[in-house]
Amino acid sequence: MTEATKIRAQALGNKTTVRILMSHEMESGQRKDAAGKIIPSWFIQELTATLNGRFMFSAEFGPSVSKNPYLQFVIKGGKAGDKLSFSWRDNKGATRTDEATVT
Amino acid sequence: MPILASNHNRRVHLKQLTSLAGLLAAAGYSELSHAAYNQAAFETKSVNEAIKFQGGSVISESKDILITAPDYAENGAAVALGVSTSLPGVRKILLLIEKNPSSLSASFQVSEWVEANFSTRAKMSQTSEVYAVAVMSDGRALYTKKEVKVTLGGCGG
Repeated sequence: MTEATKIRAQALGNKTTVRILMSHEMESGQRKDAAGKIIPSWFIQELTATLNGRFMFSAEFGPSVSKNPYLQFVIKGGKAGDKLSFSWRDNKGATRTDEATVT
Repeated sequence: MPILASNHNRRVHLKQLTSLAGLLAAAGYSELSHAAYNQAAFETKSVNEAIKFQGGSVISESKDILITAPDYAENGAAVALGVSTSLPGVRKILLLIEKNPSSLSASFQVSEWVEANFSTRAKMSQTSEVYAVAVMSDGRALYTKKEVKVTLGGCGG
């Protein structure tokens, strides 16, 4: 089962800096197990972020993004109480959506 | 003449709606409907090809694109990389690692609500040039690159 994405969003002056930490193995597909067999890739492919229900940005990841992907970005403006939502989908079709509020 | 007045108002509203739709299309919103995962861009080894698969046609170096990357990475499993630019008209931000098995690591499609400024962590299999790219709405791809020396790779077993 998937674990919650950690989200920190703090409004400061005329911008809001957001840091998120998704929980995912992000297996590259390059590694081999003890028996020498390649461990199949398993990674988040797509992430969609909304601000108060509106499209904010989307991201596509390759398997080279690190385990438990970290992301930092900046919202123009933004204020305490604004609602953020992050939805990801991995290459096995698993999905997860987490929400947070700007502080 | 109340009827004429309301007709006029409606025309003005229609005009505003049309120009709003145009603005949204220019901002790349028309792409939302077919935002399928760009497999080809993430499979190629070539930096140039990956940028082209992401919509960049004319590729050139630019001082307006800023890259944040360490000179040395002791651990290639998690290298902190960032891209930012204050240029207007950015459609996508890309991060590429030339010597990785596939060069493209992450691609961000931005909207008017966020700055063209993203940081993440990526695996690096070996010492490599890292490319920070901004794909502009007119199709230009502007980049800055920086070499990151990796002491311990992050992709192998």
